[in-house]
This record gives sequence, structure tokens and C-alpha cells, in this order.
Amino acid sequence: MPRRRDLESICLVGSGPIVIGQAAEFDYAGCQALKVLREDGFRTIVVNSNPATIMTDPGFADRTYLEPLDLEGVAGVLRRERPDALLPTMGGGTALNVARELHGAGVLRELGIELIGANMEAISRAEDRELFKTTVESCGLKVPTSRIVTSVDDLAGVSLPAVVRPAFTLGGHGGGFADTPQQLRAQVERGLSESPIGQVLVEESVRGWDEFELEVVRDRADNVVVVCSIENLDPMGVHTGDSITVAPQMTLSDEAYQELRDAAIAVIRAVGVDTGGSNIQFARERTTGELRVIEMNPRVSRSSALASKATGYPIAKVAAKLAVGYTLDEVPNDLTRTTPASFEPTLDYVVVKIPRFAFEKFAGADRTLGTQMKSVGETMGIGRSFLEAFVKAKRGLEGPFEWRPENLHPWFERELAGLAAEDARQQAEPPVYRRIDSCAGEVEAESNYFYGTWGERDERPPAGDAARVVILGSGPNRIGQGIEFDYCCVHAVQTFRALGYEAVMVNCNPETVSTDYDTSDRLYFEPLDAASVLAVCERERPEGVVIQFGGQTPLKLARAIEAAGFRILGTPFEAVDLAEDRERFGSLLRELGIRCPEWGIAASGAEAVDIADRIGYPVLVRPSYVLGGRAMRVCHDAGDVREAFAGVQGPTLVDRFLERAIEIDVDALCDGADSYVAAVMQHVEEAGVHSGDSACVLPAQSLTPEATAEIHSIVRRLGPALGVVGILNVQLAVAEEEVFVLEVNPRASRTVPFASKAIGVNLVAAACRLAAGARLAELELPAERPPRQVSVKAAVLPFARFPGADPVLGPEMRSTGEVMTSAADLPTAFAKAERAAGRALPGEGAVFLSVRDEDKAASIPVAAAFAGLGFQLYATGGTARTLRGAGLEVLDVRKVSEPGDAPSVVDLIRRGRCNLVVNTPDLGPEPRSDGYLIREAALAARVPCITTVAAATAAVHAIANARAETALSLQERMDAEAAARAS
Amino acid sequence: MSRGSLILEDGTVFEGESVGAAGPAFGEAVFTTSMTGYQEVATDPSFEGQIVCFTAPMVGNYGVDEHRSESRRAHAKAVVMRDARGPEWTDWLCEHGLVALTGVDTRSLVLHLRERGAMRAAAVAGDADLDETLAAVRAQPQMAGAALVAGVSTREAYTFAAEGAVRVAVVDYGCKRSILRRVAAAGAAVDVFPHGVDADTLAGYDGVVLSPGPGDPAPLGGEARTVEELLGRTPVLGVCLGHQLLAVATGKQTFKLPFGHRGANHPVVDHATRRVLVTSQNHGFAVAPGDESGVTHSSLYDGTVEGLAYPELRARSVQFHPEASPGPHDASVLLEGFVEELKAVA
Repeated sequence: MPRRRDLESICLVGSGPIVIGQAAEFDYAGCQALKVLREDGFRTIVVNSNPATIMTDPGFADRTYLEPLDLEGVAGVLRRERPDALLPTMGGGTALNVARELHGAGVLRELGIELIGANMEAISRAEDRELFKTTVESCGLKVPTSRIVTSVDDLAGVSLPAVVRPAFTLGGHGGGFADTPQQLRAQVERGLSESPIGQVLVEESVRGWDEFELEVVRDRADNVVVVCSIENLDPMGVHTGDSITVAPQMTLSDEAYQELRDAAIAVIRAVGVDTGGSNIQFARERTTGELRVIEMNPRVSRSSALASKATGYPIAKVAAKLAVGYTLDEVPNDLTRTTPASFEPTLDYVVVKIPRFAFEKFAGADRTLGTQMKSVGETMGIGRSFLEAFVKAKRGLEGPFEWRPENLHPWFERELAGLAAEDARQQAEPPVYRRIDSCAGEVEAESNYFYGTWGERDERPPAGDAARVVILGSGPNRIGQGIEFDYCCVHAVQTFRALGYEAVMVNCNPETVSTDYDTSDRLYFEPLDAASVLAVCERERPEGVVIQFGGQTPLKLARAIEAAGFRILGTPFEAVDLAEDRERFGSLLRELGIRCPEWGIAASGAEAVDIADRIGYPVLVRPSYVLGGRAMRVCHDAGDVREAFAGVQGPTLVDRFLERAIEIDVDALCDGADSYVAAVMQHVEEAGVHSGDSACVLPAQSLTPEATAEIHSIVRRLGPALGVVGILNVQLAVAEEEVFVLEVNPRASRTVPFASKAIGVNLVAAACRLAAGARLAELELPAERPPRQVSVKAAVLPFARFPGADPVLGPEMRSTGEVMTSAADLPTAFAKAERAAGRALPGEGAVFLSVRDEDKAASIPVAAAFAGLGFQLYATGGTARTLRGAGLEVLDVRKVSEPGDAPSVVDLIRRGRCNLVVNTPDLGPEPRSDGYLIREAALAARVPCITTVAAATAAVHAIANARAETALSLQERMDAEAAARAS
Repeated sequence: MSRGSLILEDGTVFEGESVGAAGPAFGEAVFTTSMTGYQEVATDPSFEGQIVCFTAPMVGNYGVDEHRSESRRAHAKAVVMRDARGPEWTDWLCEHGLVALTGVDTRSLVLHLRERGAMRAAAVAGDADLDETLAAVRAQPQMAGAALVAGVSTREAYTFAAEGAVRVAVVDYGCKRSILRRVAAAGAAVDVFPHGVDADTLAGYDGVVLSPGPGDPAPLGGEARTVEELLGRTPVLGVCLGHQLLAVATGKQTFKLPFGHRGANHPVVDHATRRVLVTSQNHGFAVAPGDESGVTHSSLYDGTVEGLAYPELRARSVQFHPEASPGPHDASVLLEGFVEELKAVA
């Protein structure tokens, strides 16, 4: 059955900002889907609020909307674009939820839009717990039995062991396991008291059972293939996203595996996914072989991205083809080109995925792994044995490897006994490379997808004449180095290919677009350490190695690459070194006559106090080596400084901290002589909140013409002085009309995708052309000029996953992702950004305020504005007195720590009597303080919680002034900017 | 562990380590891409006379279990692996007399066989003189023209399942236990006959299954004649070699595939339904293309004939293995369906 002729235009919904559990894999899926839909001649429309995605690039779809992924946002786009169909299966749970809402609100029916990829019935059967249970049981299979309990008297007949999950608690807090009736009673009692609605789910416990996942694809002719089996090394009880996993499964016999395969096929048929892929997860008791079906995702998933990378079978691409009418036998296998996709890949290698965590960023958070996912990224290793693959994945982590598996299968335990020896071997011997071909060599495949192994023959790719560049990726996602850098790498690949080079990609992150073998001329799925990168370079003999786009990861390798005689393309490593070495950078700034906050380097607490006394408080203390995950801190007195030094070793930077400064981020290009100041962005939060966590506005709103001119002048001097050939990012602060440079990064920064989309210039493409030798003048870039539309970037924070950690912004970056929105004015763009980030600002109701003494004066106009908009004001002690003193009407609320019977602020928040919380934290660490309890309660109750006065000011302006505005596509906005420039 | 090597008739040598029985073992070097079911493969009579290379990178992970054996003994002459995992599996290989090599660059071997074709070889445990071994390899009979059925078929007829709604005769050309189990489980009484059974004996049954088996169908003139005599007298289902014999009996030719189809992931299209089956395969010969009459299934890999049907003769056959073991169960309905149809007319 060929492509459907009755469809012409298709709207694809993305997954929004990167959050824990939904990362770059949906950009990979969306890009694949868009590629094939466009090849098939469909008009494509994309809605996604995440600017750091490739799928939201103007060239990837006919119309691209950076809009909130909620009912209002997506319905607006659908009303405007009137597509024939909506494809919701490429954007994770977010897109499926939007589809359900659109269906529920009747929007799809009203507009006559068909849901493709999975129909509403199938989505409901997979996602609704009860329907899923009935569906699974109709296949003769079982799900773990469960029951909703509201009283300890409801427990008769519950089978043990059981797991108790309280409803609506943060991170499943208050849950636990019970083996005996006594334990069950105690657990349920505790769970009921923890749950704000007094309800727990009591479920048959399969903790410790082996966990398997199958990736299944089905077409409308009812052909089904199982693309990949994945086995979890961490058994049931640890979220699969937090588990180390291996593909193909290692420990099941053929009969046991076929039983899973049969079950998976039965489930996909019964659920009714008939034009796409699904992930089906099983628990299997190790000795009896008893099976439980745990869950099914009727869409592409993190696991399907992993399976695609593991097998070379592009599930999202195939699923998109199936969604528009093709059957599996009509879709070619990309790698062999001669055989169809209606087969099951067979692997002659092993793939291991290891999650990467970020607990060091969340002091106080519980590090125990459970059913809530906590990892922020992952790395995949490919090798010819389990152990080889495991060690390669571990090498790719670029961080400490701490793993304490429970009930590990004895087979894995035996294999892992050789870990240390394998580690040593991989460092000592150079690898050879083998192809991934999806068929274990049975069919000839000119695949460009390679991995390294040892002790066998090398499979040489055909020698090309074209000059090559090796582009180093950014490795596993982590906080501070996320999908933005993959975006940059993919653009680098595209640009160098367009310039006639063969682009060779090295990366080990299975979620990304850069590790799609379709992206580059050759893909080496290898760890980004010196040993493997140099081995790839030896084999490819590139004209140059590109390191400016993968974040810190490639920069750490620059020295080794240059020492081995390879050329770094564009900005030399010397520039990085110069920018990072404070002594050298300090003297460069002095030479150039550029101001920076006063600073010093201290070896001890006492020395730091001396420096602070000299330069004046407050100071920012930044240890270059830290124990226990503690990092930057703002210190207001000598006591703070000494405290910050506890547990710190090595040289530590002490900077003057500029209070109430405007923080500015600049992305610019430089060809070694001339510079192009592409984007001058202003942070909403003041200096002191990490730039990655701060909301950011382009164009900058509160710079004087003089300050703007000085910023331009500084950037123009810095680029050439550092020797930048390509892209650079400069962070500055403006305090009392004086401009200070805080930091320079002679590489692509986190803001590049946002800036590129806001100004309509592909900065990475321009930087690559500079690195390849072009002069800035040759690029014919539009004149430097702030865009007419206002774009806002807002950060998304994962605090809900880390109960125990204080949900407050600070100098340490903790956001996992970001959203972007644009509008004609700031309030409209800001309000939309907050909505897109999942914390829509309330239009009415009550605001609770509690601010530290330093912020009391500044909070008055904010509170007055809220009152003026008709909001009821609540406040505790000091803040209430301040506001009342300013003539505002305020209701007093008791702090938790204050005695009394009246409801506390936490009660107020829990009972939903408060629609917004403004709480600026006291300085210094204060575990379990009143402020912390307020913020935690807001987080649990999903009430927006603002922790700086600056952000509160922006919020109240947005509430007051945001207008309803027709959302424009990126393409329209770019055309309008171009027209404005031309006129 | 001692050294070991695989010496191919074209002089190519693959080094490894010996983890099985003493050798050398001579046979045709072939590869299978199934990721599971190593014990089933080693005991499948269709691998008689072959040295089997597993493309799966690790073999032996989940040990051995007697009930997984597809026949009474090992039939593969040797197994070649990238990474054999012991000790249960390697002990089993020793006990069953298989030469076994591990640490071999199996992917290079597979690419070599794919390009040059399956070829004669020796799996050597320990050291061997290359020239002498090579001469011995080249002195072995070719697989093309090899009649191997007599060596693996049962000598005596026996009853596998006495009770059943219908009576099915299975001609054992090298039958796997899974076929007998599946036919019996579908509700048939099953009698198993040696390869030389006559057509009259078979015609007395409600239906006949022609089993898979090793070697070249071309020299099996007697067996093909028996099938020819049987056709039209009772329903017939041929599997693998049984399929090839049905083809020969109806006037078709067979030929040797360059390197065969061996694995558990082969897509086959059913022309009647346009549905794709993911099948288990293990064959080095196939029904020659050209005469499309009766063709019901084709390989989506290379277009070769995967199934035949002659409704007027109540005969049909498939090249792939509906009994799986190892492999997917997509096609198991063919065996059950055959028995169901017999029940319907019984």
C-alpha cells in the first residue's frame, strides 16, 4: 500500500524543552520523520517550544512554530495552518498529551484533522491504566495487580510483596515496599499521610525481576517486526532510563526470548497501534520465567532511539513512512538499500547504555534510584563483547562511574569481573573499525556507521578524494552541556558537507541527531576520549578537527589532538587556553583596557578572606576543584568565605560580585580580524543566577545606547585579541553604567540556537565557513541590528525529581532545558515563555510574597503591581510589615517555624489558595529553612515559584501587559526581519 | 585452551582458540545470523556436514538444557564463535564431540563467505600442518551433490504421538523434534518414517509432512519419486528439504545458493495475503526461479522461492521453518493450520 494520496499537509508536534525523561531523542525522531515526509512531498508544519532542536530549524519544515505545547498553543497553530493530519507519536509523552487534549476539546474534529501514527483509541488503551490492563489480559498476559487505597482497612486480599505509591508526592516520596502484612499496613499508613489527597496505589511488587524491553513496529497490513530487544542490568525497581541496559538481550534462551516476542506482538495488536512503533516493557521472574507486562509507549521513545542507534534500523523514519500509508515491505532498509524494512535486525556486536547523573548539582537530594527517572543523559558503547561495549560506554561518561546494582544477573556479574583488565586493554591498544549493517554481514551494505573494536580486521570505508573534517560531538547530555551543542555539531556537519568536505562525526550519545548515520558522511560511535578520538583521526587523516561546537568535551581533547600533529580548524586551542587561564586573561583585559570585576586566586580560606577584604564584599567564590558537589557561592562576609572553603582543595577564584547588575550574553563571529556582533541578549535574573538558568531576552531591553556601543566595542576587540576564527560568546555585566567582562568562551555557547532563531542568521554555518578560511565580509551577513520581534528564552528546572534539594536559582546551573517564544513585545513573549516552560502565570487569584531583607524595598513595586491587578497579597512577618508600611493590603500568614494554630504558608499552598509564590532565599545555605519549605510546597503543588525580584517584576509586567497575539511561524518572522532590514 | 584454526578450501585461515572436542573436523563452512538458539542449531540435522559460524558475538550465555536439543546428537561438525561463553556450553560441545573455535574474527569470516560462497573447510583444534590440512579439505566431497539424508534419518519407523484426532506421517529426512512436537500439539497422532518409506504406506495417513533435512536435494531421486507417487493421494506439507523434494517431484529444479539462508530474521512475503512473515531459515539449496507456477511465498531478500502450493494435489510446502526453534513463531500457524485442515476433512 503506497503513500496516502488523501493527505497533503501534516503537523508534527515536538516534545518541548529537555526535561529528565524527555531529551534529544525526540529531536532525532522528529528530524527523521520530517525528512521522510518532505521527501514524500508533504507540506510539513512543526510545533515545538525548544529552540535547541534541529527540527525547529527553518529549513526542516515548511512552517515552524516555536510555541507552547499546550492546548492553546497547538490549537492556535492548527487553526492557522489547517493541516490534514497531526502526527503526535514523535514528540514523547508531551505530544501525545497535547493530542489527547486537542481531541478532548474537539479541536481535531472541528478542524477535520486526522490523527496519524496512532489513533486515539490505541493511545488510550496504552496510556490508561485500566484499559491497558484489560487489553493485556485479553491477550492472555498479565500486568502487576494493583489497587487504589484510601484507608488501611482496604487491604484485604492484597498480594505480597507489594509496593505502595502515594498519590501526588514529589518523586514518589513516601512510597516503599512491603513483604509482610505488618509492613504493608505501616507503609500504607505512611503513604496516606504523605499524600496530599490521602490516596495510595498498592501494587504487586515485581522488584528484582529481570526487565526487558522490545521495540516493535507494525504497519496497516498487520505486518509486525521486533526491531530490538533490550535487557536492563538493573532489574525492576530502577527506572529503565536510570538502568544500565544492553542490546540485544544477553541472558534469555531462544524459547524464553520468543515468548517475549510473541507477547510483544500480541500486545501491539491488541492495543491497536497499526502505523508505527511501540516500546513494550516486561518484567520476568528469573527462575520461574513468569511474565508481567509493565507498560507500553504507543510512540517512539528514548528506548526506540537507543534501539535505532543500536541496530541501524531507523524506527522513527520507518514509523513516519508507515503513518502515511506505506507498509514495511515498501520501505527500504537504509543500510543495505537492497532489502526491505520488514525484517528484524541481527547484531554481530553488543551495545551497552549507561546513564549519566547530575546529583552533585542537587545538594540534599536523595540519590537512591527508583521508579522515577533521575538521570540527565546517557552514553552508548558498541563492542564485540558485552564487556567491551560496557567499558566503551563507561569511557564515554566523562565523569565518575558509581553503580551499585541490586540483584544483578549472575551472567553480568561474571562478565564484569574482567572490567579492570578490559579498561586497560582499550587504552593500550589502538582499535580497528567495523561497520554496523543491521544484518550481521549477510547482505552487502555500504553503511557509513562504524564502531571500534580490538583484535580483528579493519573494515575500510571507500577512499574518497574530498578533504575531510572530523567534528567532535558533545558526549552524554548533562546539566550545562545539552542538546544545544548537538544542534551546533549537526549544523557544522551540514555546513562542511555543503562546502565540499567529507564530514566525519564522532560522538557517543545515542539520543542525538548527530549520531544519526544519516547526518554525516561517516559516523564513528565512539567515546570522546583522547584514545578513541586520536584513533579516528589517524584513520581519517582529516584536514582539520572541529572542536568549537561540542561544548567543553572537545576542548578538553584539543591539546592531545594538536600534540598528535592534527590541525584544529578555526580558533586555535591557544585562544581557549588564553580565555580560561585567569592570569593570562586578566593581563589581556588590562592590555585592551577592558574592565572586569576585581579578582584574586586563593590557595586557602585565609588567603581568600584577604582577597575579599581587598576587593570588597560580596564576592563570588569558585573552587576549581570541589569535593561533595559544592561549587560556586556568593559570600557576604569572611565567615561565608571560610565556610565556602571547607572541603575545597586547589586554587580557588575569588571575584568581586556585582550586585544589581544587568547581565548580558553576546554571541559573535570573528575571522581573526573582523567581528560580527550577532546577538546581544539580556538576562532577566541579575548576575548571581547562572546564565543557563536565567531567562534571557533578545534584543536586550534596558541598555543605554552608550552601554550597547561599549559592549560592541569590547566584543570587537576581544575576538581578534584572542585569535578567534569562528564563533565566540562573551558574558558581561553592566553595573552603574559601567560594563564589565565576566567571561569569554571562544566556542559555541548554549545560546547559539536561540540567537540564531531570533535573528534569523545561522551562526554555526557562518562560523564553519570562517573556520574553513572565509573572511567575514565574504559571508554577506545582514547588517548587525537587533531584531524587531522580542524573543524570550526560559529555563526549565528539574527540581521535582530531586526532593530534598532546594528549588532555588543560584550561581550553579541546574536547568535541563529551555523554551523559546517570540512576540511583538516583551510581556507577551515572556508570558508565553512561562507557559511553554510549564509554569503559566496566573491571571488572577492570590500571590504569596516572602523576600529576604535585601529585597524588601524592591519587592514593594512588585507587590503593588500585583495588588493593582486585583491579586490578593499574602505575606509572612517582615515582608508583610514592609508591604503594609507601603500602604498595601496584605493578609498575614504564619511561617511553618512560627508557633500557632492558624494555617501556615505551606498549608495555604497545599490547599491551592495561592496561585503564585515569590520567595527570594536568604543568603547562604540553610537546610530545611522556612524558605525551603515554602519552595518545596510550591513545587509539589505545581504553583509557579519565583525566586528573584527581577523575575517577579518581569512576571507582573507580563501578567499586566501580555496581549493575545496570532503566533507567527519562524519562516514568517525571518522574512519580516529581512524585509525590515531591506527597507 | 589451545590454539585452533579454521582453514578454508581457498587457503584462507582464521585463527582462534579451541574450546571443544579434539579435531580436525571437516565440513562446509556456513554462517547463521540467529542471535539465540545455539544448542538448537548444533543439534539440527540440517546442519549435518557443516561447520557453523555464529554471527552472534557471544555464544553460550544461557547455558544448555537437554530439552532444547532438536535431535539425539550434534549434527554440525564444528562451531566457530567470536566469543564462546562457558563453561556449560563449552563442556557440552566437548561432550558432544564438536570441534569449537572461539576468538575468531567471525565478521571477517562471514564477509568472506558472503563474497566467495560457502566452502569446504577444516576446523582444527590444536596445531595442524596447513598444506596437509588444505589437501584434506580439498579431498572432501562438495556439498553440491551430497546426499546426506540416509545418515541422519531414523532407521526404524516409530510413533511420536499415539493419540490424535487425525493421523499424520512425518518422513524423517533429518527432522527436528520441534516439528513433531508442534504437529502433535496441534492434535495429530504422529508416526515417523525413515527417508526410504514407500508412498503406499504414507498414503494411508490423513496427511504427510515431508521434513527438513541436510544436503543437496538433487541426488535424492528415490525420495523425490516417492513424493511424486504420493501426490494427490493424501495432503502433503513439505518443509525445507521437504519443500525442495516436492518441487523436484512436480518438475522443478533446485540450485545451490551462494552462501545459503541461515538465520531467524528473514522476511518472506505470502503472495496471497501480501503479508510479511519473519521466518527462521536454514538452507543452502533453493528451488530454481523461472517457473512461477505454484509459487506462494518469496524471499524479500533475494526473491528466491519460499513456498509452493498445488491445491489440486492437496500439496504445499515452505522453504523456511514454521517450527522455528530457534527463531520467530510468525509461521507456526502453517503447521497448526495443516493439522486443522486435516481435522476438518477427517
